[in-house]
Amino acid sequence: MQIHISAANGVAIYLQIVNQIKYLVASGRLAPGEELPAIRVLAERLVVNPNTVARAYRELEAAGIVEKRRTAGTYVSDQGSPLARRERIKILTERIDALLAEAQQLDVPFADVVKLVEQRQAALQPSPS
Amino acid sequence: MSDPFPSSAPPVVDIKRVTRRFGTKTALDEVSLVVPRGGVFGLIGGNGAGKTTLIKHILGMFKPQAGSVQVFGLDPVENPVGTLGRIGYLSEERDLPNWMRVGELMRYTQAFFPNWDETYAEELRVAFDLDPKAKVQNLSRGQRARAGLLVALAHRPDLLVLDEPSSGLDPVVRRDILGAIIRTIADEGRTVLFSSHLLDEVERVADRVAIIHQGRIVLTAPMDEIKDTHRRMTLRFGQSIDRPPALVGTLACDGGGAEWTYICNGESSQLRRAADALGATVVDDASLTLDEIFVSRVLK
Repeated sequence: MQIHISAANGVAIYLQIVNQIKYLVASGRLAPGEELPAIRVLAERLVVNPNTVARAYRELEAAGIVEKRRTAGTYVSDQGSPLARRERIKILTERIDALLAEAQQLDVPFADVVKLVEQRQAALQPSPS
Repeated sequence: MSDPFPSSAPPVVDIKRVTRRFGTKTALDEVSLVVPRGGVFGLIGGNGAGKTTLIKHILGMFKPQAGSVQVFGLDPVENPVGTLGRIGYLSEERDLPNWMRVGELMRYTQAFFPNWDETYAEELRVAFDLDPKAKVQNLSRGQRARAGLLVALAHRPDLLVLDEPSSGLDPVVRRDILGAIIRTIADEGRTVLFSSHLLDEVERVADRVAIIHQGRIVLTAPMDEIKDTHRRMTLRFGQSIDRPPALVGTLACDGGGAEWTYICNGESSQLRRAADALGATVVDDASLTLDEIFVSRVLK
């Protein structure tokens, strides 16, 4: 599980952990049933306060993304897939909002933004050969 | 907001209205500070703010000229054995006996602490790559800090006090120190108090922070609360203005024309309502790093 923490970007550290684990689950890099590192282990690896990791795990549990099992470990929820879809949409929505805000500030009309998205999609498609 | 420290547990350090003068200079001005049990407390402030003077009161090296200091419920000046025996301390100068070898330093320190854990001390010595035969005076800056950290940790203190532990050290040694802080509090019930001016480190490992400036505590709160209640908000007004109107809880304001950036103390929703009332549009609303919060607090 790869997580990168930066104290320089202003986002609370527990939120950085929450967002990145959500992203890893949504993108399938953390599979349902997979065990997350123990709080203490992750705290030492990321060099952050263990209470911060505990808070991130609590938030993820409340959101249904992970669950605690009797063995005291924390696992990615089995019901991960519909939730993962919702989470995927949410991540994209945030990116789109940022894009639209920027387009507005740069005075690029919405129709041009749509056109640009289509162009990029075409450019990223593997060319038929 | 969840507070990881239940207030029912007695605090490890309880400082009440302590004042300390050196000649005409007031180093501490009615400082009150509570360090709860079981967490990492970050004491931050610039050079000469009073951090070391405050720490020396906790260790019983200074007797308060006014006010009171209690550590584990005891006065550290009157009960050095009951307090210092439970504290691991690494000073900023890392004043270790230069004439000793590392092995001698370990045996010497062990004599003072009945709880000294020989296995743990040896583990740390190996992990820190310290040669037991090396003379303390010949150690590099980083190895000297590690030796100081070893003797501060090996008796598994209830309270670990680190005064500017990272100053002047390379990132590898700094990581060892932060790792030691994290392992110390991951052990149930132990407490760490450390002073630093490296605020990204404090932000990573502290769950509670006090900002000290010119001998006074200007802010003390849980880290989450501090982060949640300080925002940088950029407002756009209908027309160009010379002086930005006051916004609740403003600590600093900068800008020009129609766009002004406020550093404020308050919840985001409350600040947005205040901006609305001024007829301004919020064009940016971001949380701040501890560094930015510190600067806005001490420059006020």
